[in-house]
Amino acid sequence: MNAPVTPNAVAAAERAARQQQVVAALAPLLPDHALLWHNEDTVPYECDGLTAYRQLPLAVALPETEHQVAAVLKACHALAVPVVARGAGTGLSGGAMPHALGLTLSLAKFNKIVQIDRLARTATVQCGVRNLAISEAAAPLGLYYAPDPSSQIACTIGGNVAENSGGVHCLKYGLTLHNVLRVRGYTVEGEAVEFGSEALDTPGLDLLPLVVGSEGMLAVTTEVTVKLVPKPLLARCIMASFDDIRKAGDAVATIIAAGIIPAGLEMMDKPMTAAVEDFVHAGYDLEAEAILLCESDGTPEEVAEEVGRMLDVLSGCGATRLEVSRDEAQRLKFWSGRKNAFPASGRISPDYMCMDSTIPRKRLADILLAIAQMEIKYGLKCCNVFHAGDGNLHPLILFDANDPDQLHRCELFGADILETSVAMGGTVTGEHGVGVEKLSSMCVQFSAEEREQMFAVKRAFDPAQTLNPGKVIPTLQRCAEYGRMHVKKGLLPFPELERF
Amino acid sequence: MEPALQRLADQVQAARAAKTLLDIRGGGTKAFYGGPVQGECVDVRALAGISSYEPSELVVTARGGTPLAELEAALAEQGQSLAFEPPRFDDGGTVGGMVAAGLAGPARVSAGAVRDHVLGVTLLNGRGEVLSFGGTVMKNVAGYDVSRTLAGSMGVLGVICEVSLKVLPTAPATLTLRLEAEQGAAIRRLNEWGGQPLPLNASAWWDGMMVLRLSGATAAVRAAVEKIGGEVVEAGLAATFWRGLRDHRDEFFVGAAKAVDSGACLWRLSVPATAPPLKLSGEQLLEWGGAQRWICTAAPASLLRETAAAIGGHAVLFRGRDKSAGSFAPLQPALARIQRELQRSFDPDGLFNPGRLLC
Repeated sequence: MNAPVTPNAVAAAERAARQQQVVAALAPLLPDHALLWHNEDTVPYECDGLTAYRQLPLAVALPETEHQVAAVLKACHALAVPVVARGAGTGLSGGAMPHALGLTLSLAKFNKIVQIDRLARTATVQCGVRNLAISEAAAPLGLYYAPDPSSQIACTIGGNVAENSGGVHCLKYGLTLHNVLRVRGYTVEGEAVEFGSEALDTPGLDLLPLVVGSEGMLAVTTEVTVKLVPKPLLARCIMASFDDIRKAGDAVATIIAAGIIPAGLEMMDKPMTAAVEDFVHAGYDLEAEAILLCESDGTPEEVAEEVGRMLDVLSGCGATRLEVSRDEAQRLKFWSGRKNAFPASGRISPDYMCMDSTIPRKRLADILLAIAQMEIKYGLKCCNVFHAGDGNLHPLILFDANDPDQLHRCELFGADILETSVAMGGTVTGEHGVGVEKLSSMCVQFSAEEREQMFAVKRAFDPAQTLNPGKVIPTLQRCAEYGRMHVKKGLLPFPELERF
Repeated sequence: MEPALQRLADQVQAARAAKTLLDIRGGGTKAFYGGPVQGECVDVRALAGISSYEPSELVVTARGGTPLAELEAALAEQGQSLAFEPPRFDDGGTVGGMVAAGLAGPARVSAGAVRDHVLGVTLLNGRGEVLSFGGTVMKNVAGYDVSRTLAGSMGVLGVICEVSLKVLPTAPATLTLRLEAEQGAAIRRLNEWGGQPLPLNASAWWDGMMVLRLSGATAAVRAAVEKIGGEVVEAGLAATFWRGLRDHRDEFFVGAAKAVDSGACLWRLSVPATAPPLKLSGEQLLEWGGAQRWICTAAPASLLRETAAAIGGHAVLFRGRDKSAGSFAPLQPALARIQRELQRSFDPDGLFNPGRLLC
């Protein structure tokens, strides 16, 4: 599960020979500075945002043109060398963790904005352009790119495509898939291919939903055309305190049931609120069991109408305190804590493991209570922040990695949260992806036939299976080893036993 | 497994053994669309009924053979709807057929495609296996997004046994405006409005007249009318108009049907919205801000295909007596290969709806 055991001398010699073979094949295809293989040069690429999982690749290629990308892929395919694509390396599930005998293909140099079409409201950008950079470039036109993962200052659009990234605004504005028109890239064999187009549909099977969220397993993205939407004239955020988790959870469901689709609807529990208040001093209510941030955006008329309806619902659901941001500065201040949940947690604990799963909105209170039970069971604290509007939770389990037993209990705690999520009718990953981190949990969410069908989909794109192998879909052996109770679609064996 | 589903799975296994081609059919309301229908009928109407509907979760799950009319009535009772406005070309259309055909109505340009509203699917594949992908929640990136790939797949990947769809509250206010405009100006203005915070839900242009539907919060719609101007269309007439466009009963499509009877073809061009007016003879109706253009013409297929491809789109032979030119545009070789392999990965014996989508 963690970094592999040090290979023995024979394996080391074989690896070194293979490395020289790969370097010899790729060196003629790239500028000198664009191919790395000495350890001190490749160590920065040994992991992505999931730092507990590290592996040195044989080499790292940093192509500067599509021609070089194609040539590298062709050469690797001819040698059956695994290829792992990498954007900014901010991923949280190990999707860009290198392969021990593979090439890491960094697309970081593909950072040009190719074209912004104001009338058509599209932006065509290279895959290495940062998510936020797209919105910054579109801002003078009164437009922006809506999906806003919290890492948007650093993450690339190519990475967003790989993960089908979400963010605070996806309840109203959709995921990456809903905001992408076209993905241009290369097959594992180095053949250029385009999925989608600037029209609203293409002939044949719609492959865009397969490619978006494919975690680098089906093709290597080099260029993306995204939709831009008008920047709302106004946004207002309501901060609502609740003295009871269930009331807060019910408020979330009631808002949606009232026909309101907020621009953002986020929740923080009491421990998380304490951690972020200490960090950003935004005036959060430290007495509240849960805080909801509920945002409305649109024209001033729309926002006035919607905020009124939101306040009615929130007070009707028992909010103990309600505050509406009076200006943009205060709105950003309300959000600052939520957006800084991770660094705030980093201050109060030597380490944390950030989980990501989704449950139906109505089960929000149930999963929080289940997590509270798990805190006792595993002897570790967990603070929670949620994209409550989507039922997408991010529990942060606090631990000290210097204590191997704590790390082990933390992993069990995390797996328990994921499997509980599936049992409640949800999924093991809402937006961070499966990568390597959740391979075992995929054994719980999918049957053997479903996993085999997904392997078959993979083989349709990559028959030799050398594009980011070993990620996302677990093998039969792995699932057999994992050997847990099979929790499928809320049906447990021995349903009469109390579990949650 | 429930008996009706087991019977369908058995039918697939029998077809594998006998190498029988299978025609997956709901209400048959889109049998005219795509390649010709052939094979033994797999009647999905045996799998009908809404399995679950939770308005506050914004999700409805229905068996593939559920009549679309029944689903939409259940949603309407709760003040919700399918935002992509699926067409009803005839009575008896099913939810599974709606997803498999992947066709959306006038609101598609603002609300998104059928695909964007699919949350999960249970599929009977060509190995007779019943598989579930996706689920009932929007934020779900576990594994490949097979469920959304089924939208528009025309049955070639398998039988849609059950589907979970995202539903949304129906907007509180709707208003339709008419303005005169020639085609180029209409395309430009519609796209300019698209870049502004206006509740522009749908549009159509034909014969010098632009019709817009505003849909959203009452205050927003009122403000938009001030900004855009034009003549307000009476609510009843407006509703009939948009339904007519959705279901192809509008004057344009009635005329197209007559022309098709006389040997012309109705083409659907899917192009970048801001492409200038196409130099093609024949009546043209524009929707989706210019991204969907209907053309009734006797011009050769090659001309339609080249015209669409030249501007980054594609042309669909939507209705015609003679479909020998093929319904859908050919694919680039790399894409064609991947799609054939993908189809085979679900249906190794090539049983399902052969020729309806891919050549």
